Amino acid sequence: MQNYVDKTAPYTALVVIGGGPAGMAAAVAAYDNGVRDMVILERDLNAGGILRQCIHNGFGLHRFGEELTGPEYADRYHKMVVERGIAVKTGATVLDVTPSEEEGVAAYVTAISEAEGMFTLRAGAVVLAMGCRERSKGALNIAGTRPAGIYSAGTAQRFVNMEGYMPGRKVVILGSGDIGLIMARRMTLEGAEVKAVCELMPYSGGLARNITQCLDDFGIPLMLSHTVTQIHGKERLTGVTVSKVDERRRPIPGSEIYFECDTLLLSVGLIPENELTRGAHIGMDGITGGATVDQYRQTSLKGVFACGNVLHVHDLVDYVSEEAALAGSSAAAHLRGELTEGRAITLKTDGKVRYTVPQAVTVTGNTADVTVYFRPSDIYRDVTVTVREGGADGAILSKKKRIKVAPGEMETITIKAADLTATTADTLLVSIEESAKKGGNA
Amino acid sequence: MYDVTVIGAGVVGALIARRLAAYDLRICIVDKENDVARGATAANSAIVHAGFDAKEGSMKARMNVRGSRMMEQVCAELGVSYKRNGSLVVAFEHERAEVEAIYRRGVQNGVEGLRIVEKEELFEMEPNLNPELSCALYAPTGAIVCPYGLTIAAVGNAMDNGAELVLNFEVVSIEKTAEGYTLTAADGRAVETRYLINSAGVYSDEIAKMLGDESFSVHPRRGEYMLLDKECGQTTTCTIFHTPTKMGKGVLVSPTVHGNLIVGPTATDMEDKTDTATTTEGFADIRAKAGDNVAGIPYGKVITSFCGLRSVGSTGDFIIKAENNAVLLGGIESPGLSSSPAIAEYVEELLRGMGLVLTPKADYNPNRAPMDAFRHMSVAEKNEMIQKDSRYGRIICRCEEVTEGEMVAAIHANPPAYDVDAVKRRTRGGMGRCQGGFCSPEVIRILAREWGVSYDAITKNGGGSYINKGRTKVAGGNKEGN
Repeated sequence: MQNYVDKTAPYTALVVIGGGPAGMAAAVAAYDNGVRDMVILERDLNAGGILRQCIHNGFGLHRFGEELTGPEYADRYHKMVVERGIAVKTGATVLDVTPSEEEGVAAYVTAISEAEGMFTLRAGAVVLAMGCRERSKGALNIAGTRPAGIYSAGTAQRFVNMEGYMPGRKVVILGSGDIGLIMARRMTLEGAEVKAVCELMPYSGGLARNITQCLDDFGIPLMLSHTVTQIHGKERLTGVTVSKVDERRRPIPGSEIYFECDTLLLSVGLIPENELTRGAHIGMDGITGGATVDQYRQTSLKGVFACGNVLHVHDLVDYVSEEAALAGSSAAAHLRGELTEGRAITLKTDGKVRYTVPQAVTVTGNTADVTVYFRPSDIYRDVTVTVREGGADGAILSKKKRIKVAPGEMETITIKAADLTATTADTLLVSIEESAKKGGNA
Repeated sequence: MYDVTVIGAGVVGALIARRLAAYDLRICIVDKENDVARGATAANSAIVHAGFDAKEGSMKARMNVRGSRMMEQVCAELGVSYKRNGSLVVAFEHERAEVEAIYRRGVQNGVEGLRIVEKEELFEMEPNLNPELSCALYAPTGAIVCPYGLTIAAVGNAMDNGAELVLNFEVVSIEKTAEGYTLTAADGRAVETRYLINSAGVYSDEIAKMLGDESFSVHPRRGEYMLLDKECGQTTTCTIFHTPTKMGKGVLVSPTVHGNLIVGPTATDMEDKTDTATTTEGFADIRAKAGDNVAGIPYGKVITSFCGLRSVGSTGDFIIKAENNAVLLGGIESPGLSSSPAIAEYVEELLRGMGLVLTPKADYNPNRAPMDAFRHMSVAEKNEMIQKDSRYGRIICRCEEVTEGEMVAAIHANPPAYDVDAVKRRTRGGMGRCQGGFCSPEVIRILAREWGVSYDAITKNGGGSYINKGRTKVAGGNKEGN
């Protein structure tokens, strides 16, 4: 891709890649922290990202204190972008991010659009806000035919909400991620029959409120520890075979149930879209699928920040906005030369904490409290979340009790600035410690 | 009245039509599907075999060795991806005698450059092989190709030179007439022709019966494959086969010309000529056998799996017969793709032998622009294209970076693309990591616009494979869809 790069291209202080909720919130925060020379590059023809097709409500409770639909939430941020006069180039797909060795330039960002053709920007700072994509059917390797009628839940959402077409009439949903749950309700409201939502795991990966509002309220069964083991139909899907799985997630012979259906929707996980990040050789976290960052959301490439679902998949857009604002104000600080080098402390996890964001903390003279976001690997009850110096026997810097933690709901724990400044440890361990009375994997 | 009609637009039929298009002939290609390359051509190992497998003196051996020599030039003319990556038949120590036997057979067949490589050199060439392997037969002429790309390009080039393509034409009867044959399709359409080529793949015995030839039969043999992400495309450089056993050629591991890794096939004899379902047992079988050849294949990176049906003929060899102004091709299983240019050349000779006059066409053009030409342009050239047609600046498939301009061009180029899979196979749009999750709604919109049909009339791959089933609820009542 190096041949794309035009190193004599015009300078732009801040290039934000992606005009979804993360990109817009980052740009607004950067503006409010003094950056004026910036552009948002959005590949779609409109800003707003995936929120534009999320016409259900439930967005904005934390951020705005009211319940908004996806397009309304996006519109709030879009208005802030427009009010500030922030440039948005739509229909502009970024093809390449190349690290720069030039002083004051973080990277060369090359994009293509109908209006401008291929063009490069020399970016003083970059915010990566490309969002995520859905895991596809291929990765599941389900046996059977390859007929029409199998879509990721988000694609079906686009057909219904943006195009005004029904992807099918009799539906089975595999995976209980939030988009799958939302689409179970949406398809039902549009007159389709949703026969079941199957979930490989013994618990749902979706939010509890979505299980209540999207399945229970419509009498749609949630079949935990079940998966689709066979696809039927030659031209269009005619049915699926669903099997119960054992504790190692292997289908149990004899447990097969056949569902007649013309549509299979998949909601089997989201993957941060980090092709550009990898192309720039930025350090990645194998668990989150996003870049590794410090508390400023700065990646291993100085001046390049990441936020939102490209960094790690969030449950709520409100938290995306919050993280993006942090990345945007950090980019502004970087451009002012205020993000100085410091002592790096790596955050480690035990097996019960699946990952943390940030993965490291940079300690300088003016370090503030750091909120660590994390997901548990399983459901745990009556636990204490701790941050210890060094390893499992280290001194506790921070702890909080939780009645229940679950993989579907992101958790946080805060480490005080004073503790970070005082500690001499170069690693901190974030762990979930079970109380004496053992909680099960309910 | 056509001079020659080819039944079946697989790779063999396509290359025959393309070869004949060099002459002053009216040529028709009929296929029962909504696009070319939909049968075994769409689902095979994508390998150009060097030619050491087939029995000495067999038609398979002769066509394979000749076809393998012709393939590079055919691909160059047609702008099709081809790479001579070499192949290795790997063996454990106790299989050494078999490898040596294959070596001798390959030399007999006329395969060039064959040699046995010993462990040290083998692992220098391919560090990811199973460490217990001890030697291999190396065939530097082994190659990889895109079989459906070759077929689309060959049919396209034949059409550019005047051939006609009739899709969704399932031949249900053939009548002998004074001048030749009349083919009738399931929907009643008819095609009249002087000469006939039967390259109908697994259905070639049924077409032969319509012509009164019951001398052979063809049955389908299922071959399942897994395709891995481009991240894994460097696992091997060569195509890795295992020493054949009584159970067959076994499972191969190979890079593809598109940079993915392909692992397969299984081999299960079938009766149903339409059953291309993959199976749990098949996946397990592939994994077990591939492990003999290559260590640690990351199956978590599988992006898709598929199944093809090989046409296994009742004679064990390729069946190529010329009778009554018709050429019958049956049992063109592996190495059919490798042999296809040679089969086309041979069929031309058979037609000449049956009295077809072949006068070279004055304005024949053997070349076709590569389908991925835009991708390989310089920035300046791309910007010039975008200036002329701004749709080249609009990325539709973000994973494979395919623009609307490329899609529209592919839709209208020969052979035209009518469905989502057809666009995918011509442009790679929808073939990337998200498998069309983001771009398929846009591709449908482009297809509907370009062909002037409704959004829900667009199919995945023809027939009843509708992607949408009518409108959502609308004011004034709902319309049930397909």
